[in-house]
Amino acid sequence: MSDLVSYRLNVNGQDRTVADGRLGESLLYVLRERLGLAGAKNACEQGECGSCSVMVDDELVCSCLVLAASAEGRDIRTIESLAPEGELSYVQQAFVDAGAVQCGFCTPGLIVSVHDLLERQPDATDIEVREALSGNLCRCTGYGRILEAVRIAAAERLADGSESRA
Amino acid sequence: MTVLSPRTLAEACSAAASNPNADLLAGGTDLMVEVNSGHRRPTDVISLGAIAELREWSIGEDRITIGAGVTFAKIASGELATAAPALAMAARTVGSPQIRNAATLGGNLGTGSPAGDSLPVLAALNASVVLTSVHGQREIPLSEFCVGPKRTDRQPGELITAVRIDRLNGPQEFCKLGTRQAMVISVVSVAVVADTSSTSVRVGLGAVGPVPLRAPEAEAFAAEAINWSGQTSVDTETCRRFAELVRDAARPIDDHRSTAEYRRHATGVLAARALRRIFP
Ligand SMILES: Cc1cc2nc3c(=O)[nH]c(=O)nc-3n(C[C@H](O)[C@H](O)[C@H](O)COP(=O)(O)OP(=O)(O)OC[C@H]3O[C@@H](n4cnc5c(N)ncnc54)[C@H](O)[C@@H]3O)c2cc1C
Ligand code: FES
Ligand code: FES
Repeated sequence: MSDLVSYRLNVNGQDRTVADGRLGESLLYVLRERLGLAGAKNACEQGECGSCSVMVDDELVCSCLVLAASAEGRDIRTIESLAPEGELSYVQQAFVDAGAVQCGFCTPGLIVSVHDLLERQPDATDIEVREALSGNLCRCTGYGRILEAVRIAAAERLADGSESRA
Repeated sequence: MTVLSPRTLAEACSAAASNPNADLLAGGTDLMVEVNSGHRRPTDVISLGAIAELREWSIGEDRITIGAGVTFAKIASGELATAAPALAMAARTVGSPQIRNAATLGGNLGTGSPAGDSLPVLAALNASVVLTSVHGQREIPLSEFCVGPKRTDRQPGELITAVRIDRLNGPQEFCKLGTRQAMVISVVSVAVVADTSSTSVRVGLGAVGPVPLRAPEAEAFAAEAINWSGQTSVDTETCRRFAELVRDAARPIDDHRSTAEYRRHATGVLAARALRRIFP
């Protein structure tokens, strides 16, 4: 019996083939090492830090805890899908404006989480924002500027009045 | 090596029967941690995520049935949270939003860690566990399902398909102690639920024994001490005695997360806090 598995994944709306992967590979590993999508970051591989956050079937999850070969047929969205043309999403812009990025390692995971939060709860209170981001660790900023970025993004979203902003 | 993704329970049972050593995969929040750290090398995996039957729940008059594949995010809000408030409170303390979106009730039972946060609540709500295989279905009390730390009565080829718990009339509370607010494994957890219909109080304890524990003496004491027909508020002396009796029911050990002595102390503190919250 072969030690390797091949399967297809739907990532950011595209069908991608993973050929000859090892069975135990996480979605995070496959995205970064086999599909060339290095936006999701690997910091712990234990579900603790959130730097690998992606959307699977519209749910925010840690891609390091998803067995890649089990994600066949599911709708996977990564940070790369948020600014396909290279133009920053409103959340990304808010992070820049608030100075919420230092080393930047936590940033892609946070941006994915903040998009998820503001789409579900555009008027989240401060405490709700904190709870929603409790699975995303940042070792640099101390979180003050990240919370400020969320406030800016939320205000921008409300002012814009559009429900379907990327 | 294979990854099977059966779409029905019947298919999953056949797959588990023909390969009893396959790893069953639900949310992956326990299993993948082991895989990533190299402690487990899966050769065959049966992924349960596509089975709609496992993600259903129903709220009956006296009992609530929750499918093994229901996530903690689902349990934490909506009608399940109204029907089983203490379970919802426990669900809300599991990991982070990312973890709760993936982690299932069945996975918490499958792992069977003494620190699993659903377990003390399930114990207090007289839970039974439904196990299904090609040979049929059996339903056993939680106390028979949990046989030791991370050891359960699940047999090879069996799937946990659902959990049944009491639907009670009355306030419920879950308190958990860890080193921080989010993303923390319990050092101690305590569930206290009241049933005004049968004028009873039940206590479930987590992380202070090899399996989830009840506190029968404390339960009997509280049921007596509470004035069920009038102002259901508890005085300081009742809380103190209740805390003492709950603490005596704990059977904690020393480990890297805490000492047994501190766990015993904290069990009493959380018990008193929970009782005061439900009978303010
Ligand atoms: C960062 C992090 C934080 C966490 N925080 C908490 C916490 O605060 N509280 C807590 O209680 N837990 C916590 N956990 C542990 C974990 O999330 C829970 O135990 C969760 O309920 C596991 O569910 P799962 O669906 O992800 O299980 P999986 O990882 O898919 O499976 C776990 C085990 O159960 C078996 N299994 C799963 N489903 C079935 C089934 N239907 N039938 C038979 N066997 C089955 C699997 O084979 C495996 O052995 C945390 C984990 C992480 C990574
Ligand atoms: S790398 Fe996935 S949570 Fe840290
Ligand atoms: S900016 Fe460095 S970890 Fe957050």
